Amino acid sequence: MVTQLGQRRGSAFLAEVIEATPGGERIVHCLQCGSCGGSCPNGADMQHTPRTLFAMINADRREAVLAANTMWFCVSCYLCTVRCPQNIPITEIMYALKRISIREKKYKGTDGPALARTFTKLVEKYGRSFEFGLASKFYFLNKPLAMLKMGPMGLSLFIRGRMSLKPTKIRQLDQLHAIIAKAREIGGAS
Amino acid sequence: MKYAYYPGCSLECSSAAYDRSVKAVAEVLGIELVEIDDWNCCGATEYFTQDELVASAVIARNLAIVDRQFDQLVAPCAACYLNLKKTDKLMAENAPMNAKINEALAAGGLQYKAGTIRVRHLLDVICTDLGEAAVKDKVVRPLAGLRVAPYYGCQVVRPLNGFDDPEYPMKMDDLFKWLGAEVIHYPVKAHCCGGHLTQISEPQAFELIRRLLQGAVDYQADLILCMCPMCQLNLDAYQGRVSSFFGTKFRVPIIFFTQLLGVAFGLDPNRLGFGKELVAAKPVLQEKLGALEAEAK
Repeated sequence: MVTQLGQRRGSAFLAEVIEATPGGERIVHCLQCGSCGGSCPNGADMQHTPRTLFAMINADRREAVLAANTMWFCVSCYLCTVRCPQNIPITEIMYALKRISIREKKYKGTDGPALARTFTKLVEKYGRSFEFGLASKFYFLNKPLAMLKMGPMGLSLFIRGRMSLKPTKIRQLDQLHAIIAKAREIGGAS
Repeated sequence: MKYAYYPGCSLECSSAAYDRSVKAVAEVLGIELVEIDDWNCCGATEYFTQDELVASAVIARNLAIVDRQFDQLVAPCAACYLNLKKTDKLMAENAPMNAKINEALAAGGLQYKAGTIRVRHLLDVICTDLGEAAVKDKVVRPLAGLRVAPYYGCQVVRPLNGFDDPEYPMKMDDLFKWLGAEVIHYPVKAHCCGGHLTQISEPQAFELIRRLLQGAVDYQADLILCMCPMCQLNLDAYQGRVSSFFGTKFRVPIIFFTQLLGVAFGLDPNRLGFGKELVAAKPVLQEKLGALEAEAK
């Protein structure tokens, strides 16, 4: 049914986006009203607002969509989602586009994928997020010069006991790993 | 009243003030919070950026390990709150995903039936389950004379909350009016703090932070009240750098709403995690409310 929706509109990419997004089939109801881009706190910095991106998805412009900076400026504030008169889960579609863009390495000029990768790797190692590990590893690997600017802030947090140098580990890490491995196995590409 | 408690990773360290003050005010209000044993990270926004099913399964493990005596869970962090709620909803509404998530959980000897656990925010519990009379009954130090900016952020009020308006919420306003504070009209109260953009796109993040700080200054707030660790970190820890970036001189204390609630209940500020914020909150509290320690129980 999903594929049919996309094919009926002559866009294989539309079908792919719908498939990759829970509730994504609502995208075909986009009215091109622009409430999303107008509401977005970062809309002005996007090469294409979500409205434009949806038109491009309809037009099957896969490469241009996956290379857009749009989804990397989405911070999941959900303002577009609650304002959309057609109840399109816009934030979820942004997540789906991020996933496809990462999988195929189509993203350009953003540290978003590196941050996500560093974060989730640490979670898989310990079962919990490790802020000091995340900050130091992410900055060291991606923008070592910015570390200088971050230093004083990090120190202030450390002095106030807000930055631990040691991660906390959950006890049943094996269980978490088994769940993640299984999810990867049955989830396939998405 | 008994609830399972999911503190989330930030509350362990960078937002320990939130964890401490949540526990302290819950005790005063007779809300029993029992921490979920061996909970794991909710993945924030980062897992969903990579893999929908893994993200959902990682979150669902937390719902699956909640002790059977509980049917409600309290998550103070906005991202945790949303992720737990979102996953429960996804499993209830999307049968294929529900089956896959449970298949993944089964690999760890677990299962979760959607709808078993109702995910709540403490603000909702305090305002809805307890209400005005129960809160007012505990006030030892009314907050008269203190002007507060109630900052809700994004992920508690959007998209799923159901207990408040998604664009101009009022529950925290109500709560602090009950306590005697002057709650300012804060038009940006549910605007975005920039989230993880402070890590990947500083100029954009700084602009969002600037708007929130400027809004509080424009309406002469003494401080901003937060209900999310990320919001608190962005507004507090980055405040100095935001000021250097724009040439402003912001000195706005940023605290968690539970910390000020604790002050109104007459609790010792040290028990509430004061002093951990980078822009000190105690001076303005002392100026407006008098000595804090003297009356502490």
